Amino acid sequence: MLKNMLKATVFATTMAVAAGAFYTPAFAESVYNRGTAAESESVDPHKTSTVYEANVLRDLFQGLVMQDEKANLIPGAAESWTVSDDGTVYTFKLRKDGQWSDGSPVTADDFVYAFHRLEDPATGAEYASMLYPVKGAEDVNTKKGKPEDMGVKAIDANTLEVTLKAPTPYFLEMLTHQATYPVSKASIEKLGADWIKPGNLVSNGAYTLAEWVPNDHMKLVKNPKFWDAATVKFDVVNYIPTEDRSSAMKRFEAGELDSYDDLPTEQLADLKTKFGGQIHVGPYLGTYYYAIKTDKAPWNNPELRNAISMAIDRDFIAEKVWQNSMLPGYSMVPPGIEGYTPAMAKYADMPQIDREDAAKKILEKLGYTPEHPLKMEIRYNTSENHKNTAVAIQEQLKPLGVDVTLLNTDTKTHYSFLEQKGDYDVARAAWVADYKDPETFLGISRKASGNNYSNYNSAPYEAAMDKAAAAGGKPEERMKDLSEAERILVDDVGQIPLLYYSYHDIVSSKLHGFVDNVMDVHPSRFVSKD
Amino acid sequence: MLRYVFRRLLTAIPTLFVIVTMAFFLMRVAPGGPFNQERGLSPEIKANLEAQFGLNDPLWLQYVHYLGNLLRGNFGPSYNMPDFTVTELFAKGLPISVQLGASALILALLLGSVLGTVAALNQNKLGDYTVIALATAGSTIPTFVIAPLIQLLFGLTWKLLPIGGWGDGAFINKVGPVLTLALPQIAIVARLMRGSMIESLRSHHIRTARALGLSDWSVVVKHALRGAILPIVSFTGPAAAALLTGSVIVETIFSIPGVGRYFVDAALNRDYTLVMGTVVVIAIFTIVFNLIVDVMYAVVDPRVRYD
Repeated sequence: MLKNMLKATVFATTMAVAAGAFYTPAFAESVYNRGTAAESESVDPHKTSTVYEANVLRDLFQGLVMQDEKANLIPGAAESWTVSDDGTVYTFKLRKDGQWSDGSPVTADDFVYAFHRLEDPATGAEYASMLYPVKGAEDVNTKKGKPEDMGVKAIDANTLEVTLKAPTPYFLEMLTHQATYPVSKASIEKLGADWIKPGNLVSNGAYTLAEWVPNDHMKLVKNPKFWDAATVKFDVVNYIPTEDRSSAMKRFEAGELDSYDDLPTEQLADLKTKFGGQIHVGPYLGTYYYAIKTDKAPWNNPELRNAISMAIDRDFIAEKVWQNSMLPGYSMVPPGIEGYTPAMAKYADMPQIDREDAAKKILEKLGYTPEHPLKMEIRYNTSENHKNTAVAIQEQLKPLGVDVTLLNTDTKTHYSFLEQKGDYDVARAAWVADYKDPETFLGISRKASGNNYSNYNSAPYEAAMDKAAAAGGKPEERMKDLSEAERILVDDVGQIPLLYYSYHDIVSSKLHGFVDNVMDVHPSRFVSKD
Repeated sequence: MLRYVFRRLLTAIPTLFVIVTMAFFLMRVAPGGPFNQERGLSPEIKANLEAQFGLNDPLWLQYVHYLGNLLRGNFGPSYNMPDFTVTELFAKGLPISVQLGASALILALLLGSVLGTVAALNQNKLGDYTVIALATAGSTIPTFVIAPLIQLLFGLTWKLLPIGGWGDGAFINKVGPVLTLALPQIAIVARLMRGSMIESLRSHHIRTARALGLSDWSVVVKHALRGAILPIVSFTGPAAAALLTGSVIVETIFSIPGVGRYFVDAALNRDYTLVMGTVVVIAIFTIVFNLIVDVMYAVVDPRVRYD
């Protein structure tokens, strides 16, 4: 009996120990479950187009320069660089200890190959324009030139020389964009289209791609070959797409997500009460505006455009429609770019009631009254908030004798219509910065821009923008010129800026290094958890 | 019977062809294309992209290419997720949707049939009213209300289930989505079953069976159920096709990587190849399940013969 009991005890103890060994990992992995509002489309830097993969690619790859936790420019694959006196030749010194995840060195040749691949028309890169400032790049992309004539050259394994068409002060900022990251020439030549698959993907960033189940998760594991691997805190970063924002809030509350890059903004007030300091809301470099058909009567009258713009109560829209997840906007360039002062609409500080009176007077002068209303159609793409914004504007303009009708279409139809310069009055649009420079916001109103949905065409504006471009080598002067250009655009009401975007994240109080910034950029390598 | 099945499968080929052709051209009639987006592309870049996917060819040629590829089992690349082919996306997502849909369907058929029978046997009594009330609630409360409620109660309050995610197919991750999918179907099956069972119980052969002194169990299970189940069999075909190909709402709310979401997302994104892939999959499921239903009819009802 005793013998049997002893046997049973030994067996039970063995099982318990074995089970313990099975369930206790050999080492505790630190995992960051990073919620995103949408799935990435691709992890190929040259097939990328959305901010969702920008976050992933920032973890997987390292461009010549990168952004730190405050979105400031820091050295990346290049440890230093020099710029020629005329501002057109950039010479980058690559890190000697820079390696791909397969252990091979990251060389200047890899960058030459990547830049050529980005511009190669056969790649079909949506963001090929990111390197258009480079000499010959646009020609390659538009089949007018050869890759070997592009201004990118490997002087030696660790020295890369990039020659620009003209001084472009924001060129380094552009290099923070994922489209300009290097890709491993050896890996692509060996594996072809399969180079991008988890397990195959050779990258030079803090993490490598281990798994990707679309719409479920993308698992990134720490890259031991990364030159600064010692400072990387998480062993695993799981990107978890959770499209339904309310579900995301519950997943966050249940601890399934450590952070999430969006919020159901209609619940913002309640969320702030519930989650307190874990809700992060602040200015983000993006402008929500209405394009207005400036080349079609009666909208070709700047006075009329000004009256409409003036009468819109942006405070109401920001506060009531967007629950303060957007900020009232009076300029095309949102605040937050160092060294730049946006040119605000002149009525920005006027009380709303005075603005409405002034707008009414203009409209009456132009012959529009409640008896003879001005007809105006607002087109917008499907979204509850876009609709509510348009409805609010419809109500605000009604007492002024403006008969507003609304037209909703899905996103693809909306932008296809605008791109084809269809006939409309006013249409919802937005611009979010890819890099920190006013030019990205002002360029869309230039005559030749494909994004100039308003068909705004002003000689003084073009001249002012040209002047700013010519002042490339003198940053202060250039910023002043750009601000003057914006003044022309805003006074002319070439577009109607309505709101500035804000980032809205929910971040666990246990996370450190997730620092608020106007680009909403948070590289995982700087984030850690208690 | 085999000849019938074979004939039906043969007639499915022209049906599929018509569906594919209509879907192909209807999709192209819709305004906007896969590369229209908030940030407009320059005409040159757009042309490069279109060339890459063969979208610059004349439409008839694109159609011929598509049919040729389809015959070889190649659904093409996804335009919006260029790292994956449509076949790869389905290979990952379809087994997940099928698992959830099949579980929900089996649960609905079993539980719904039992509830419907109980209601029919207790007509106009408490049991009947309870089932009717539950069934009415089940079929009228929309899925987008049930799903967050399950998340809130079972996930957040009682901490019994995860809120979302597939968890590599862990049982616990399937409970919420399966329940959400099954509840309205249980309600429908229960109501169908109740009605047909009441009708069946009133039929002459049941009256005869009772007169012959057969036990209640024998009357209900052996005789009445066989006739009563026919409407359920009819319902199962389209229900199976709908459930097994995934639900947009359930997959979105529970963050399930099935194919249900592709049906809507692909159409909104004008991801032509993915839309076509989903159309083909739904069509095949619908054809196959309608055939299964017809065969089941012959099995259940001796009056039906297809020879």
